[in-house]
Amino acid sequence: MKLYPTIGLEIHAELLTKSKVFCTCSAEFGGEPNSRCCPVCSGLPGTLPVLNKKAVEYIVKAGYVLNCDISRFTKWDRKNYFYPDLPKAYQISQMPRPVCLGGYVDIVSEGVPKRIRINRIHLEEDAGKLVHEDSTRQTLADYNRCGIPLIEIVTEPDFHSAADVTAFVEKIRLLLQYAGVCDGKMEQGSLRCDVNISLAEKDAKELGTRAEIKNINSVRAIGRAIEYEIYRQTELIEGGEKVVQETRRYTDSTGETVAMRSKEDAQDYRYFPDPDIPPIVFTEEELEEIRRDIPEMPESRRERYINEYGIAPNETESILNNKAVCFFFEEAVKHYNNPKNIASFILVELMRRINTGEADMDTLPFEPKDLARLVEIMDSDKINKSFGKNILIKMLESGKAPDTICDEENLWIKEDLGQAEAVIDKILADNPGPVEQYRNGETKVFGFLMGQANRQLKGVAAPNVIKGILEKKLGGE
Amino acid sequence: MDIKNTTLSALRKALDENRISAAELCKECFKAIEKDEDRIGAFITLTEEEAAKSAEKAQKRIDEGKADFLTGIPLAIKDNICTDGIKTTCASKMLESFVPPYNAHVMEKLNEQDFVIIGKTNMDEFAMGGATQTSYFKRTHNPIDTDCVPGGSSGGSAAAVAAGFVPAALGSDTGGSIRQPASFCGVTGLKPTYGRVSRYGLVAFGSSLDQIGPIANSVKDCGEILNVIAGHDTRDATSADLSETDFNRNADKPVSGLKIAIPKEFYGEAVDDEVKTAVMNAAKELEKQGAVLVSCEMPSLKYGIPAYYLIACAEAASNLSRYDGIKYGLRGEGKSYREMILDSRNKGFGDEVKRRILLGNYALSSGYFDAYYRKACALRQEIIAEYNAIFEKADVILTPTAPSVAYKIGSQDNDPVKMYMADILTVPVNIAGLPALSLPCGKDKNGMPIGMSITGKRFDEVTVLQAGSAFEKIN
Repeated sequence: MKLYPTIGLEIHAELLTKSKVFCTCSAEFGGEPNSRCCPVCSGLPGTLPVLNKKAVEYIVKAGYVLNCDISRFTKWDRKNYFYPDLPKAYQISQMPRPVCLGGYVDIVSEGVPKRIRINRIHLEEDAGKLVHEDSTRQTLADYNRCGIPLIEIVTEPDFHSAADVTAFVEKIRLLLQYAGVCDGKMEQGSLRCDVNISLAEKDAKELGTRAEIKNINSVRAIGRAIEYEIYRQTELIEGGEKVVQETRRYTDSTGETVAMRSKEDAQDYRYFPDPDIPPIVFTEEELEEIRRDIPEMPESRRERYINEYGIAPNETESILNNKAVCFFFEEAVKHYNNPKNIASFILVELMRRINTGEADMDTLPFEPKDLARLVEIMDSDKINKSFGKNILIKMLESGKAPDTICDEENLWIKEDLGQAEAVIDKILADNPGPVEQYRNGETKVFGFLMGQANRQLKGVAAPNVIKGILEKKLGGE
Repeated sequence: MDIKNTTLSALRKALDENRISAAELCKECFKAIEKDEDRIGAFITLTEEEAAKSAEKAQKRIDEGKADFLTGIPLAIKDNICTDGIKTTCASKMLESFVPPYNAHVMEKLNEQDFVIIGKTNMDEFAMGGATQTSYFKRTHNPIDTDCVPGGSSGGSAAAVAAGFVPAALGSDTGGSIRQPASFCGVTGLKPTYGRVSRYGLVAFGSSLDQIGPIANSVKDCGEILNVIAGHDTRDATSADLSETDFNRNADKPVSGLKIAIPKEFYGEAVDDEVKTAVMNAAKELEKQGAVLVSCEMPSLKYGIPAYYLIACAEAASNLSRYDGIKYGLRGEGKSYREMILDSRNKGFGDEVKRRILLGNYALSSGYFDAYYRKACALRQEIIAEYNAIFEKADVILTPTAPSVAYKIGSQDNDPVKMYMADILTVPVNIAGLPALSLPCGKDKNGMPIGMSITGKRFDEVTVLQAGSAFEKIN
């Protein structure tokens, strides 16, 4: 008996609107507790929600990039339940008429292309946060997050492995980032994923009993949680026991899931249409206007990078997999038309510093045009190419333009041929052995001599000039 | 100066001609309150300090010749309308100490004119009731006969006007809560079209039905107050974006040719004969003025009560869920959230409120939703369609406001269904979101006032006020 997992996802993505979905409070992450709330989002008596048009625009964009149908008529419902992080004791959400229906995302999972279908996407409001203080045994409520616009993406149960799911989550995060609707920061909770998973024999007519896993806050954790859950359910079934339909919480430190509540505790949310928010009827013109505003997606950029720019496929992926890098790269290319060199400088030198945490893509102290200029200078023989790395470090430290740094550090190549010849003469005189070897046909020692010359002539002459002089002197005598 | 039966325009004139100062007028109100409030119980909170301050500010404006219509005019406000810095209790223990940090839209509009707030009026708890007997704080008595109820839920506002405590007041109307107490107390009340007045700051009961409106001594006074409080508000997505100049603009026009519908179901067995006779006499009076009476039908009237109570209670159950004692209001005790929330709500709400929360949640529960809530919404569409059919043949509809005059206090305390049925003539208007005016049209043999209602097309308060004003002149 080979058990086969079937998995479906509910992904919650916080939208990047400036203000909350039903009031004008800032929707930014963090802030002093309860500093970003007002009578409306803290649910004071008599207040009324007013729908943020930007949030509607963003969910429509999300729908388009995930290939959904946009409902021409859409409305909001109240989901009623008591919890201290929900000030109105109902969440404004969408039940029968979500903004987006249908849709799909194509992924590549372990080398195999797959299509994952999307059931629906709806717009709702986020709840607040409870902070449990062990020392005082108190629970404190922070309503800053209350009312941040959230889209819930519900997939069909089209996943059959942890790899399928992680590939999908990475892809969807990227698409939402490119569309400009979600920053995708799982660690800050702006992208959250609930996993429904069941096991059954591969050709079984019915799916097995499913468990829902909540509280997963990284892509890596999603993979681990699924692996664990497959293991747990397999053990149960093979041991002759039954899987219980329940909600489980994943704990990253142990890599295990534990039961939170069973289906018997499931609440009746008493959904009904929210009388405070009139339904929306989209016109074709409105939808077209929103669609036109969606930035270019990675697929079409990929084609351009490989075919037009001649960037290697793996480098192309590295750029596309980080929206900030990609946008930075494209902006830089506008200022210096050598995409290939800009791409490799970004991927090698800049990314090294990003990955070590020395720099942050979101807070770079210089503009794409400054990096473009640096690559242009390096390509021009006006400085020694190997200085590029150090100039970048200085740029990261000070935010100064590359030209300024070259001026201040005296890095421009002076093209002083007399000095170059004198230095090379001395190198040849100091290294009679290698010179002798070279003249006897062992040309590989040229590299050693060239290295000596380059080192001593940094900023004095360009490498190709040095090479010319060296060749002349070695061959001429 | 006696405020009783004095119109706002008379007071405006007196203020502008310096025959009385804003401060003196305000003092007259408190003098009358001091004398009779013990017998009436119209107020939950009296705001003497705020009133004195506003009167001073208003007087300055009057002296500068910059007075608006309500500058220096004393008004009472129903206690479910949020007032910045002034307790807003909804007559509930739950909100006994709740002080809103903001003003309702209508309060901003009134404050722009420097009106004078006299106090916050008693009401049925969370506006649930038709007699102002479910308040946590006190029962309100009818000034015409203090053994009788003043009607409700805006009973405090209607009684305050009838008793001469204030010349006018604001109420709210979800199923008749302005019109029925106006009728019981012999004053005039207007429920505007749904969307005409912003609900921002009105503590929600039935969100698709609630509307704020005036209670006053004359039809035109209602129009004048509506002139101030109506208008678009970006904080209420259901508020209509219409520009309206003067709701009284046709109030002095004759009604010749005006078509008045008389739907027979509103004059059925449930309605007392004396009430029917008084309203039919009024119809004949209007006919003498040249109005045309049109007979018509509203077969769905009998479904009005079940549809209304299902929709209103469903919305109320959800709207009142926020009162958990966590952020404001009564905080209960318990070892867990659940226990604490249960205790807050158990202690904070009265029986009628609990009854409606239970009813509403039942109607929304899975398995019952289609049979109750969905069916009620379908009936709502049917009632709207029947109104539309009537308005194809008529300009306004004339009906009794309530099936009876004010009844004795305590006589219906233990019969909620009978109390609900008494709303049968007022709820269809809220279900359809229409404007309706109640004004006195006579008295019964015991001298208790009888009220009639004029219902208009959506956003046609102008014609409603025209018909009402025409009758008022000849009555």
